[in-house]
Amino acid sequence: MPSRRFHLFLLPVCLGSPAFALAQAVPASSPQAPVTQAQIAALQQAVQNAQSAGDNAWMLVSAALVLLMTGPGLALFYGGLVRRKNILGTMMQSFAMMGMVTILWAIAGYSLAFGHGNSFVGGFEHLFLRGVGLAPNPDYAPTIPEQTYMIYQLMFAIITPALITGAFAERMKFSAMAVFLSLWSLLVYSPMAHMVWGVGGLLNSTGGRIPSFDFAGGTVVHVTSGVSALVTCIYLGKRLGYPKVPMPPHSMVLSFIGACLLWVGWFGFNAGSALSAGTLATSAFVNTHFAAAAAAFGWTIAEWIHNGKPTALGAISGAVAGLVAITPASGFVQPLSALVIGLIAGAVCSFMVFEVKSRLGYDDSLDAFGVHGAGGTLGALLTGIFATGAINAAYGRDAAGKTIPTGVVDGHWGQLLNQTAGAAIAWGLSIVGTLALLFLVDKVMGLRVSAEDEAAGLDLSQHGEEGYDLNS
Amino acid sequence: MLKIEAILQPSKLDAVKDALLEAGIEGMTILEARGHGRQKGHTEFYRGREYTVDLLPKVKIELVVIDDLKEKAVQAIIGAARTGRIGDGKIFVSRIDEAIRIRNDERGETAL
Repeated sequence: MPSRRFHLFLLPVCLGSPAFALAQAVPASSPQAPVTQAQIAALQQAVQNAQSAGDNAWMLVSAALVLLMTGPGLALFYGGLVRRKNILGTMMQSFAMMGMVTILWAIAGYSLAFGHGNSFVGGFEHLFLRGVGLAPNPDYAPTIPEQTYMIYQLMFAIITPALITGAFAERMKFSAMAVFLSLWSLLVYSPMAHMVWGVGGLLNSTGGRIPSFDFAGGTVVHVTSGVSALVTCIYLGKRLGYPKVPMPPHSMVLSFIGACLLWVGWFGFNAGSALSAGTLATSAFVNTHFAAAAAAFGWTIAEWIHNGKPTALGAISGAVAGLVAITPASGFVQPLSALVIGLIAGAVCSFMVFEVKSRLGYDDSLDAFGVHGAGGTLGALLTGIFATGAINAAYGRDAAGKTIPTGVVDGHWGQLLNQTAGAAIAWGLSIVGTLALLFLVDKVMGLRVSAEDEAAGLDLSQHGEEGYDLNS
Repeated sequence: MLKIEAILQPSKLDAVKDALLEAGIEGMTILEARGHGRQKGHTEFYRGREYTVDLLPKVKIELVVIDDLKEKAVQAIIGAARTGRIGDGKIFVSRIDEAIRIRNDERGETAL
């Protein structure tokens, strides 16, 4: 009958069409045929692309978060702590770094930090970013374009000298500051970054002669900036009237906002240092947050006992101290270790700021040394204690597949020695480099503003502007 | 014509303004000031160190009234501003030589 033959004709069409549809989706043969090498290769490439897309997305966001830490995070944090007549001057110091360091990084900074050189400094192979394109650099981050890596590292290079400005707040000439910190970025920051993170670096955890753990820049960023800050504030001398004249913050509101931006931005600083969007980034993210919270708590309790009242300044300073201390440890420790590190940092840094600073008498105006220098050094040492292969198998695995011990909690006491060496080198380089540059710039152009300019304030004397014009 | 200057706690400003309006006095100038008499300041903390803030926020009211209204004005201010504690403030009365209305050049008591 005609209808039966029609049904018979329809049968292969109905069975065949899903197969045809599938054939469109899978670029090769039908499901029954054996899988080809080409298909496997295509699939591998697709997986790699997906991995890179995830990693690159996170890294670009992280780079933005770290820049946010400088502008406006640090600008607000420091700006609120100074007297009103210096607000713009203070913010301009951070902003100037965003401009100057970027230019220098593109010209030479990146090359000096991450090029192939010797154990102490990179070379000039990437001068003017030559060779830094959109293909990954397998030495550093195999799943993201090298330009992403470069721009991410640039944000670190920007914030490090900006941190130093806290020590010499309210009394340095804008021109001299710009020259001094630009040179510092090339001659102190880039070499330190190379030693810790660069290929062949002396302190690099993979292959360095003294492998030390600095996940996101405890020594590279915080120890160098903090110690350089101490050297600078001693060299420059105290502010006129310090310590007799009270110089309280003109706007704790601004500082509070800045501190919160720093906390959030720090997720990019630490978790982004995983250089990928995988589980290590998660560890670093969790550790960062835990340490900040624990340290804010620790400082607040210490202050409550010491003074009878918990201040907003103490709470936010505590959070920053915790963030500083966890920076080197963030990708190496367990979350509960991060809480402990934060608590210790809150207590120790508050002691530095309350007792040590007033006893020794130096005018570290915004506590750059007390929080970053001391917190960074403490963090470097605590990293050696709490680092565990369970979180980061930094030394790889042995023949049996077990992770090689990383920190003291794994049984590797030697790590503490390496951490101490790394911190000591950072201290040494910072002291020598900073003193030399201060001396040089002072001789050439003079570092400190005149007494009249200091009294009038940086806003008027350096920039011819007023931060607030409440009458207009 | 008498000028009455009253230095008050800022929290008392609204009550004093209302009391003066009720007493029939409409014109006044209000200034933000800082100062202290026998009132001690308060302590604040900065970086773990205590320091005293002794320039305290105050409000100053200035009014110029005809001689007959002086006592009424003073009583209105005192009634609204007094708490009985140190820091209530002070009132000063001085003589005014001339008063002029800018709009139409009226002079003397009619200008008030």
